[in-house]
Amino acid sequence: MFKKYLVYPHLFWMLVFVLVPILLVLVYSFETTGLNGEAIFTLENYQKLVDANYLNIFIRSVYLAVISSIICLALGYPISVILANREKRTGKSGLVWIFILPMWMNMLLRTYSWLTILEKNGILNNLLELLNLPQVNILYTSGAVVLGMVYNFLPFMILPIYSVLIKIDNSIIEAAEDLGANSFTVFSKVTLPLSIPGVVSGVTMVFLPAVTTFIISKLLGGGHYMLIGNLIENQFLVADNWNFGSAISILMMVLILLSMAITNVFEKDTSTEKKGGKK
Amino acid sequence: MSNHLIEFKNVYKQFDTTEALQDINLYIDSNEFLTLLGPSGCGKSTLLRLIAGFEDPTEGSILFEGKDLISIPPYKRPINTVFQKYALFPHMDVYENIAFGLKIKKMDKKEIDKKVMRVLELVNLKSFHDRSVDSLSGGQQQRIAIARAIVNEPSVLLLDEPLAALDLKLRQGMQIELKNMQKELGITFVYVTHDQEEALTMSDTIVVMKEGKIQQIGTPVDIYNEPKNAYVANFIGESNIIDGIMNEDFSVTFLGRNFECVDKGFELNEPVDVVIRPEDIIISDENPDILNGIIESVTFKGVHYEMIVNTGEYKWTIHNTIMRPEGSRVGISVKPFDIHIMKK
Amino acid sequence: MSKKSKGAVKSFIESTYLFIIFLFLYLPVVVLMVYSFNASKSRGSWGGFSLKWYGELFSDSALLSAFYYTVIIAIISSLVACVIGTAASFGINAFRKKSVRAMINTVTNIPVVSPDIVTGVALMILFVAVKIPRGFTTMLLSHITFNIPYVILSVMPKIGQLDKNIYEAALDLGAKPFFAFRKVIIPQILPGIINGLLLSFTMSIDDFIISFFTTGNGVSNLSIYVYSMAKRGLNPKINALSTIMFIVVICLLFIVNKRTSKDKSKNVLFS
Repeated sequence: MFKKYLVYPHLFWMLVFVLVPILLVLVYSFETTGLNGEAIFTLENYQKLVDANYLNIFIRSVYLAVISSIICLALGYPISVILANREKRTGKSGLVWIFILPMWMNMLLRTYSWLTILEKNGILNNLLELLNLPQVNILYTSGAVVLGMVYNFLPFMILPIYSVLIKIDNSIIEAAEDLGANSFTVFSKVTLPLSIPGVVSGVTMVFLPAVTTFIISKLLGGGHYMLIGNLIENQFLVADNWNFGSAISILMMVLILLSMAITNVFEKDTSTEKKGGKK
Repeated sequence: MSNHLIEFKNVYKQFDTTEALQDINLYIDSNEFLTLLGPSGCGKSTLLRLIAGFEDPTEGSILFEGKDLISIPPYKRPINTVFQKYALFPHMDVYENIAFGLKIKKMDKKEIDKKVMRVLELVNLKSFHDRSVDSLSGGQQQRIAIARAIVNEPSVLLLDEPLAALDLKLRQGMQIELKNMQKELGITFVYVTHDQEEALTMSDTIVVMKEGKIQQIGTPVDIYNEPKNAYVANFIGESNIIDGIMNEDFSVTFLGRNFECVDKGFELNEPVDVVIRPEDIIISDENPDILNGIIESVTFKGVHYEMIVNTGEYKWTIHNTIMRPEGSRVGISVKPFDIHIMKK
Repeated sequence: MSKKSKGAVKSFIESTYLFIIFLFLYLPVVVLMVYSFNASKSRGSWGGFSLKWYGELFSDSALLSAFYYTVIIAIISSLVACVIGTAASFGINAFRKKSVRAMINTVTNIPVVSPDIVTGVALMILFVAVKIPRGFTTMLLSHITFNIPYVILSVMPKIGQLDKNIYEAALDLGAKPFFAFRKVIIPQILPGIINGLLLSFTMSIDDFIISFFTTGNGVSNLSIYVYSMAKRGLNPKINALSTIMFIVVICLLFIVNKRTSKDKSKNVLFS
């Protein structure tokens, strides 16, 4: 029943359609096209990455993703706490579904839905006009991009934090109360430290898609607003400089691996703290 | 003013539609080892949680040293709990777990250090202070849970089936240790268990509960020897329970024979439960004047043999250190004061 | 009694907060849906209820072709991924060495963790390098690629839960290996397989970025169609299309969740 050869088709598929393509990207990133169309080894694609124009785009991408992660954390943490507490009290888990469900709706369409609202003659401005308030034009600004990110990725923050909180045994909370902790102390000394793994994976789950997005910036940031994702698309489909595009893709992969490594360190930290004891 | 430490007055507790506790009247004295005994779902844990403050009663009052306890939140009560699954804080080491309550009281660091080390010594885990809690065995975690509670020097220590997760050998050892600890510390223990043997060994007072109601309150000896009803009798140790009819004071009829007994105050021909402990039945040779039957099975139980004797209308469970072979015919008899008569 | 009223205030604040976030998450989608029934083309005004945008959808040949490709690719890619992924799950369990299993799992997880845009351009480079013209086939191959890991993620836990003795018991009772496998093992992991199928079907109809980079020759799916229209601004037809797509995805998720909760095992969507 458990035969090793059963995994070979899968491994073959992953080799051809995952590993080889990534290798190709790596190769492309070190090449440039010579005068006769031949490929020449070069580092210029990587040197170009530190060019001020591009550097600005990278910094902006990271900056907006960080801002979005912080906002998602601030909005999502209380939600997770409330949902977890209610579920523990009532034993009903239906409510959390409502806050997770949007995760599975088409991101393109959900981003698009904000166009109707934020547009110049959109619903928001119509509403403001009705109330005799000044109009706002945040569409095609970084504000709109952050809004789009928060809107799209908030469920990714709520879910992991909620999952960690719901697993905290109620008797641990009661034990803390029993030992004299009021609700503030219970939160700061027990609930919060125990929820850190959830926070870390929540931040990762928001940061990664935010830093790599190209739909949100394209639709809500307008055509000229560039993040790393847009830059890659641009190099491949508009500027037709695949070598540079590949270099940016590699940079993005490195960025992802780096932030995942940081997450791992965090997770290890909490687990070694558990194991080793710090005195 | 009452001089009881804790007093329950007509306490009711309802969860949605289920009546968890009904008309609980109970007092607990200082330095007492009181056990709440009953099967799961009898309300014993709920009663404990009322004392701890994790639940509020639906009706009735709970007094602590004569003052209302209900309005005091759990974290202000001089009461600590040892939880069933210990509920140790997984993100703290042993030392931090035990120091938790003291740190909240903003106690001096040196003082905390001294106290933590002293309780660790008390539970024989002195060298474990910097261990993480999940590196400990069940028995060790259990001691830490106790240490974490008693380091706060509570007036009352609540223990919710603290030994349930331990194996038999460890459990018996801990029973003795807990009892000694209670004597040494002079703290009131309120102990919840479903294990009648545990209750009998450790307690000063046992409260037997069933379906949210108190069945009987008494010392272990009282409860064992004078169970108030058939339920208590059966729950506290095995019993032979036979339908009988009271003839007059000191005389009862069951299985078609009249027996002398020591109970009185029943109505004429009142149907009653007759309870006889397996170890109180005397086995002799066949004799037309007493009940006779055949030994149907014999099981060796370590100290004694358990024999099932069929006398036609009833199969008796009998404990005796002397074995009679299976299939042999025997006579059985009971002394009057070993016949317990209980109202139906 | 202040304890109780304090609790009530806290509960009210909590509920209000939940409600505000709920509105934030759902209002834009609801607005989109409502406007799909707006007779007027301008968003500012309500021109009365109308199904005309839905009507236009069904007479738009580019859209119908996108719809066709979306469904066909979702069906084929999820079925193929299901076969490869389920087989792989059994295969992975045959390896006793932890390091080997960890290595296979790492490879499996690459498409899950790498950003869609990188997966997309990498596949595009591959197809160009081996000179396969981009179109239906390349898009299908790409969808199978990102679907396989999701099938494995759904089936593996089920295999982990299997009691190996059950299979042996069947053999012991005289069943031939294949019969035992079919009658004893498959029924137990079937919920995982079906969830993997539904999950990859959902991922496939939802995908935009990878499809965007790996298609060509006028073959597009619904997401690409929406994107090309949305880039040019708002269009009520997209609202109508979105409404339909949202409802389909929600129905699919509902089925998956019903199945998993009936199954009492860990919810695939939430794990």
